[in-house]
Order: sequence, then C-alpha cells, then structure tokens
Amino acid sequence: MKILVAVKRVVDPNVKIRVKADGSGVELGGLKMAINPFDEIAVEEAVRLKEAGRAREIVAVTVGTAQAHDVLRTAMAIGVDRGLLVQAEGPLEPLAVAKVLARVIAEEAPDLVLLGKQAVDDDCNQTGQMLAALLDWPQATFASKITVVGDMVEVTREVDSGLQTLEMELPAIVTVDLRLNEPRYASLPSIMQAKRKPLQTRPVTDLGIDVAPRLRVLKTAEPAARAAGIRLNSVEELLHKLKHEAGVL
Amino acid sequence: MGSTLVLAEHGDGELKPATASAVTAARRLGGEVHVLVAGASHAVAEQAAALDGVDRVLLCEDPALADQLAEPAAALLVSLGATYAAFVAPATSTGKNVMPRLAALLDVMQVSDVTAVVAPDTFERLTYAGNAVETLTSSDARLVLTVRPAAFAPVGTGGSAPVEIVAMPKFRARARFKGESRTKSDHPDLTSARIVVSGGRGLGSVEKFDNILGPLAARLGAALGASRAAVDSGFAPNDVQVGQTGKIVAPDLYIAVGISGAIQHLAGMKDAKVIVAINKDPDAPIFRIADYGLVGDLFELVPQLEKALDA
Ligand SMILES: Cc1cc2nc3c(=O)[nH]c(=O)nc-3n(C[C@H](O)[C@H](O)[C@H](O)COP(=O)(O)OP(=O)(O)OC[C@H]3O[C@@H](n4cnc5c(N)ncnc54)[C@H](O)[C@@H]3O)c2cc1C
Ligand SMILES: Nc1ncnc2c1ncn2[C@@H]1O[C@H](COP(=O)(O)O)[C@@H](O)[C@H]1O
Repeated sequence: MKILVAVKRVVDPNVKIRVKADGSGVELGGLKMAINPFDEIAVEEAVRLKEAGRAREIVAVTVGTAQAHDVLRTAMAIGVDRGLLVQAEGPLEPLAVAKVLARVIAEEAPDLVLLGKQAVDDDCNQTGQMLAALLDWPQATFASKITVVGDMVEVTREVDSGLQTLEMELPAIVTVDLRLNEPRYASLPSIMQAKRKPLQTRPVTDLGIDVAPRLRVLKTAEPAARAAGIRLNSVEELLHKLKHEAGVL
Repeated sequence: MGSTLVLAEHGDGELKPATASAVTAARRLGGEVHVLVAGASHAVAEQAAALDGVDRVLLCEDPALADQLAEPAAALLVSLGATYAAFVAPATSTGKNVMPRLAALLDVMQVSDVTAVVAPDTFERLTYAGNAVETLTSSDARLVLTVRPAAFAPVGTGGSAPVEIVAMPKFRARARFKGESRTKSDHPDLTSARIVVSGGRGLGSVEKFDNILGPLAARLGAALGASRAAVDSGFAPNDVQVGQTGKIVAPDLYIAVGISGAIQHLAGMKDAKVIVAINKDPDAPIFRIADYGLVGDLFELVPQLEKALDA
C-alpha cells in the first residue's frame, strides 16, 4: 500500500500571534513556524503503518512557499520516504489546496491519503472532505484509530456523541484527530538521513489549476478583550458574587 | 433573493437545539429558509416545522442516510440544491463532516464556523485559535456555511411549515457504519447547558474527576467539560473536550477547575458570560480572563463550594 500525507506549514501553536494595527491581517514576520500539529500526527500514523508492514511507501506533499521545505524535512525525519512541494506564492484556500492535492493524487495513485483534521492557522477543517469529494472517494474525518484490513480501512472517529467506527473501501481519505497517536521525537541520525531523501519541487502554475481565492478578507481584528476580573478569598465570597453581582446562580 | 437550505442536526429521534441556531443565522441571509431532515423520522421533521422562521421542511427517510455519513448526505444536498442560493449547517461533528464535501461538489469555498452574519454576503469568523477575527465576503455564486451554534441565539417555536417528502438520489456506499460507543451522562448537554463545570489535568485521575466535579455539576444542574489534557489522560471522554479542536461553549457560567488556560482551551469558552477559575497557581493564565478567581487547592475548594451551596 502507498500512503500520501498532506502537511501544512503553520505558525507554531505555542506562539501567540498579533493582529496588524491597520486591520490588514496577522503579523507573521519572524514568528516560529512548524508542521501543523495534526499533520505531524498523520505522518506518525503513516510511518507506524509502514513499520507494521502495512505500507510500502509514504509520500508527503505540501502546498506553499519555498520555506515549506522545512515541514517536508520534518516529515522525512519521522520516516516519510520522499517529499513534494507544490510551490505557490502566498497561502491558498482549502478548495484550491484540495484541487492541487487531487491532481497530485491522480499521478501518485496512493491507496490511502491522510490529512490533519484542521490547520491551526485558518481553523477551516475542510480540505480533507473537499479532497474526498473531488476524487469521489469515501472519507472518515476526526480519526482516533486507524486499522488497515486487506483492501479496507477501519476508522474510529471522534464525534459529538462519543466515538463512531466506519469501514471504508480503499482508496480513501482520512483526517486525523489529536488522540490518534503521540508523534515521536526524530533522532539526530534520522534528521541527518532526512536531508538526503528525495524532495521534488513543482510550481503550482505548471498544474493549470485555477487557485484564485474565492473569499476576500475585508478586515482582521483582535477579538474583544475581557475586562480583568478579581481574586476572591473564599467560596462564600464567590457564591455571594455569583448570586448578587453576576446574577448567574 | 434566493432561498437557504439548512441541514438539520438530529439524533436519537430528536431535533437538536443547534438546528434552531442555524436557522437564526440562515434568516439573516434574507431569503426563504428551508430545513432538510436527512435520515430521521416524520416526528423530527415536525419538530423542524415548528421552528419560527422556517418556510418549508424537506424530509428524506431513506435508509442510506440512517447513519448520517457524509457521502449520502452530500449527494442528497447536491440533488436538491439546484434552486438554493445558500446552504447552512451548524458546525457540529456532522456539519463539519458533510458541508465541505458539498462545497467542493458545488465548486464553492466554504465559510467555516461563522460567528456573525454582518450582511447577507459578509461574515465574521475566528482564526488562530480565536486570536483573530476575520470579516470576509465570498465571490462564489452560492454560499456554503457552517455556523457556530453558541454564537446564534436559537429561534423559538410556534411555526407550522409544510413538510415535503424528497427522494434520495442513486448512491453506492463505500463507507459503512460499523458501530459506535456513546458517552452516557447524567448531566445536561455540554453545548446547550446554562452552566458548565470543566476540569483539567489538575484533577489527577478519572476517579477524582468524577468524585470532585460530578457532585458539584449535579448540584448546579451543570454540564461537565474538560481540557484536552484531562481527556488525553483519560479523566473524561473525548466528547466533552472544550476548545479550539473540541466543543465551543458560551454558557452563562463556566467554572474552570485545575485548568491552566492555554489559548487552545480559551478558544472554546471565552465567550461565556461569567468565568470562574479555581487554580493553585496564582500566575495561571486562566486568571487573566476569569471574572472571579480562587487561588488554592481544588481538592479543598470544590467540596467547600458544594457545601456552601447547600448552606
Ligand atoms: C493543535 C492543538 C490543539 C489543542 N486543542 C485543545 C482544545 O481543544 N482544548 C484544550 O483544552 N486544549 C487543547 N490543546 C492543549 C492545550 O495547549 C493545553 O495543553 C491544555 O489545554 C492544557 O490542559 P490543562 O489546563 O488541563 O493542563 P495544564 O496546562 O497542565 O494545567 C493544569 C493546571 O492545574 C492546576 N492544578 C494542579 N493541581 C491543582 C490543585 N490541586 N488545585 C488547583 N489547581 C491545580 C495547575 O496549577 C495548572 O494550572 C491543544 C493543543 C494543540 C497543540
Ligand atoms: N497548503 C497545504 N499544503 C498541504 N496540506 C494542506 C495545506 N492546507 C491544508 N492542508 C491539509 O488539510 C488539513 C486541513 O486543513 P484546513 O482545511 O485548512 O483546516 C491540514 O491539516 C493538512 O493536512
């Protein structure tokens, strides 16, 4: 089986971003960047499937600027075999990313495609579902367990009412949730080894896909700040405030 | 002004409150509002028909829809969709699963997790774990939106819209439902509760989580929530995680117990009307957004609070 994993370069989730004063967007200059945490989990899962003898080859794909090389190297240090950067200037919307991935998948012919459930910058939670629609493949979103059985994949999903298990024919799309696994720390030798793995770059313009944005952001603002609260000294004081000041009890 | 089709949220033979919030958002788009009840019974359709501001209910009881999977639901929406200018679903696990699939089939860029409808073509949504608010507009011919239920007050009831039966298009399933494990809880539903008591890693174990927070929640008639760390550690089930990647809540009162207040957690609860934090670390970031803070050991303070409520 061949697995393709889609990875995105995002602002490190531990960094607090700042909105530009003129409302034109988020200040990204100089911020620490990282592989989207969900995508790192997807990479780890693919590597575990390979280590368990279920997968033969793993390809990681990212759509982004030349700097996105670093997330492909991160993926290769975890155990991905090769990387593909589809180079684009500026960020693409999930629909455009899904169209690019669909084209790559037509050429690569993987049996299983793993994505994160959401990118922690745009918080869209769309790309995997869109990709499944474009390919007319079955989808399982928010996976917390993946088992490959023959030419089927069984996926447990985290849903609002608990857990749900699906069985899908391959090829299929799976988007992964946080509790699927805990990604390993890449060892120094594997980081060195990753530098020698094949990494291909293709300009998005070569694909002949319309990636023009459909949405226009008119303004980006800071969320309304909450007024600073107060410290209380006892539970009695707290109850008094909740009943008589806040009126919520 | 074209019409809007709302995908109803339902389960256990009941319409869920998130549907009424989605109808509120759909009304702001200006056209007629139709509600699609996919994979439920006539009784659920009647509940949708009773929502204020609904002009028509479409019901499809086809067995292909019984498990509410994305593939048949999106196929049905496409087959009904020719006349609709907009499609709206609550941003629940079902809505998030189905709507982007529909959007791609229609070649539309979805607007995810809308928190405000500024004008019929202009919306607000949050990015970066709630740290930026975008106002955006779409150039697509049609709209596909998921909307955050906590951000839209539900419409009331009293309406009596007609219910129309619609047919399922031809469809071959390649994903099958195999089973589920549902969380049983004596507490109210997390996303619609007026009070939420939420626990974090500070609780230490599943037994302590249940024994310390359970009685307080019961005493207050509150829902139970949890941080990701508490869920990852097995103190609480996955479906009560509050945050950027869990559920978004906006209750009247949110009591955070043994939760540090990481931005990903705050993204799920900072629109609560009143926030109380109980934490032994006076510098915990949760105190920066809490209206009322108690610094101290939760294993002393929570039982005291419960006792004081009875006094
Ligand atoms: C991609 C991504 C998505 C995420 N999504 C979410 C999400 O949706 N929701 C979420 O919650 N997190 C999410 N997180 C995780 C988040 O960053 C934090 O790690 C998590 O919220 C921490 O949980 P916590 O506050 O329970 O634990 P900790 O940060 O460990 O805090 C525990 C707190 O308990 C206090 N405490 C300990 N013992 C006691 C005691 N006896 N009495 C009183 N106080 C005590 C401590 O002082 C501390 O402040 C996400 C992270 C990432 C990277
Ligand atoms: N530019 C991109 N390049 C590669 N994969 C992406 C890109 N954008 C999104 N993805 C994938 O799609 C998932 C969901 O992203 P989103 O729909 O933007 O929340 C991510 O976790 C990635 O796996």
